[in-house]
Amino acid sequence: MPDLAGHFGRYGGRFVPEALVKALDELDAAYRSAKVDPEFQATFQDLLLNYAGTPSLLYRATRLSEKLGAEILLKREDLNHTGAHKVRNVLGQALLAKRMGKPRVIAETGAGQHGVASATAAALLDLECVVYMGETDTQRQALNVARMRMLGATVIPVTNGSRTLKDALNEALRDWVSTVDTTHYLLGTAAGPHPFPELVRDFVGGIGVEARAQCLEQIGRLPDAVAACVGGGSNAIGIFHAFVPDEGVRLYGFEAGGDGVETGRHAASITGGSVGVLHGNRTYLLQDEDGQTIESHSISAGLDYPGVGPEHAWLNDSGRAVYEPVTDSEAMAAFQLLCRTEGIIPAIESSHALAGAAKIVPRLREELGRTPTIVINLSGRGDKDVHTAGAYFGILDQNETVVPGENT
Amino acid sequence: MSIAETFAKAKSENRSVLVGCMPAGFPTVDHSIEQMIAMHEAGCDVIEVELPYSDPVMDGPVIQKASDIALANGVRTRDTLKIIDAVSSAGATVVLMTYWNPIEKYGVDAFARDLAAAGATGLITPDLIPDEAAEWIAAADAHKIDRTFLVAPSSTDERIALTLANCRGFVYATALMGVTGARKTVSSQAPDLVRRIRAIDPEMPVGVGLGVGNGAQAAEVAAFADGVIVGSALIRCVLEAPERATGLANLRALSAELAEGVRRR
Repeated sequence: MPDLAGHFGRYGGRFVPEALVKALDELDAAYRSAKVDPEFQATFQDLLLNYAGTPSLLYRATRLSEKLGAEILLKREDLNHTGAHKVRNVLGQALLAKRMGKPRVIAETGAGQHGVASATAAALLDLECVVYMGETDTQRQALNVARMRMLGATVIPVTNGSRTLKDALNEALRDWVSTVDTTHYLLGTAAGPHPFPELVRDFVGGIGVEARAQCLEQIGRLPDAVAACVGGGSNAIGIFHAFVPDEGVRLYGFEAGGDGVETGRHAASITGGSVGVLHGNRTYLLQDEDGQTIESHSISAGLDYPGVGPEHAWLNDSGRAVYEPVTDSEAMAAFQLLCRTEGIIPAIESSHALAGAAKIVPRLREELGRTPTIVINLSGRGDKDVHTAGAYFGILDQNETVVPGENT
Repeated sequence: MSIAETFAKAKSENRSVLVGCMPAGFPTVDHSIEQMIAMHEAGCDVIEVELPYSDPVMDGPVIQKASDIALANGVRTRDTLKIIDAVSSAGATVVLMTYWNPIEKYGVDAFARDLAAAGATGLITPDLIPDEAAEWIAAADAHKIDRTFLVAPSSTDERIALTLANCRGFVYATALMGVTGARKTVSSQAPDLVRRIRAIDPEMPVGVGLGVGNGAQAAEVAAFADGVIVGSALIRCVLEAPERATGLANLRALSAELAEGVRRR
């Protein structure tokens, strides 16, 4: 998986303007050759090891384990440089851009994490970087806008459509159609047209490879379950992929349920959406009766996207992975729990995985007849979320508003 | 008139076909019908109805804005079919341009059936490439809808050949690497692209779109293409007019200017 044209069963593929096909073909060819080029792989591994700070720890969370009644192992992607799993993807793609001789990269970003990661990789590898960000998000995440600019990137606020991540992605695609000769589109998740879903999965796939080996080394066996949050789905596919052949390991993806899937205000594409085509691939998405995209809602900007990577759609249909929604309030309760039990402030995205894992513990315990072992992908750290969470919990003094509008 | 007949007629008159684009339901269903009939009466040979879509990645700011207005006013896929029916009943040759997801959601075969029943002769698919089009190709054959896929300056000869083999009616050549919208000058990449298309299939009519905004540019493109496709400049007539009557008058005037342009090759 996928096939040569990028299909995961009926999902994936390429639904793009013909003008982009040549660039996608070139990217595919560059990726195939890089994949088997020892020099490229050595450079990538060196950056991951000595720059990004991987392999990330697999940490046995003792106090959280006691609270949840399960053996919880946290894959600490939050400790990576730039604070999330995303650094793996941007380093891989930025190296590919260099390999293709493209001096400019563009990226879309929601909360700004992928934008910051892209700006970081671009600074490191001396590439020009332009980041498209919905105007609404630039206001919500002013600090990340400043970070990107500090790193030398140009941030372009997108003012059309709903002014959020999906519109930033549209605008990045429009830029790319006009600039493909000189520009690589550094797509931020394992979605979009072929070969992006496969390529991003492979660049972040080290998460699962490491976690699997660390499990065997630390506890002498594989876990009963692996849990991850799913927006576009890159951190989830990154940790799932190495475990897919291990039939005894259950895979759980937790989508952003927002106010609750039944309210219609959510970002749960698989559990609350339907099959269609968006942003270059066939997958599950949020759409109305006419196939118009519906705006997503989540307290977590990084999960606030109306689609999902095609491999997740396929893993869902095949039954290999199970997807469930987690609401904003469940995620925030888990956020607080991890802060207080382990002294780790997680990203709100990753808090969805924590909350989901807590929900499946009783089921797993019953099924297995013993204490289950669960690896949770702690995909990012919560520094960027301090104000959102502070406002949510009502612990910000009014005078401490750093980002306009964040407390309202 | 079918697309093939429209292109044959224009060829016999030693001119290009003028294709004028307008989003369905912009600003309202009835007004968009009125605009399309005005364009037809003022000299557009083919009316290209664009189905408004929430995420139009091939379109520049003008069509995005018009589509957003249409969607905000509640236009539905079934309204688009109703509009096509009204405009084709008024005697215009109508093709539909749409992003793929609305068709997939409607049901591919059912859409081809209803599109044919509404009187459209063809469908232009900006984000569906032949590689992914097996279901559409079968449905279009079953319901006798012409298929227009796009080629771009970046397309390799192999891809141009693949695309032409799957087109029927005409092929849409995007004049430049970019999104829709009028430009100050006509792309220099367009003549070369048309030459490459003709070298592979001399029979397939070639419509050139992206960047044409006035009569002089239409004449320039008509010199080397079988069809000239104009969208944003026509839409702007309505979008930027202070009131409706002026918008319609400007739309008629620009349609007539473009129609004169395609005869000046």
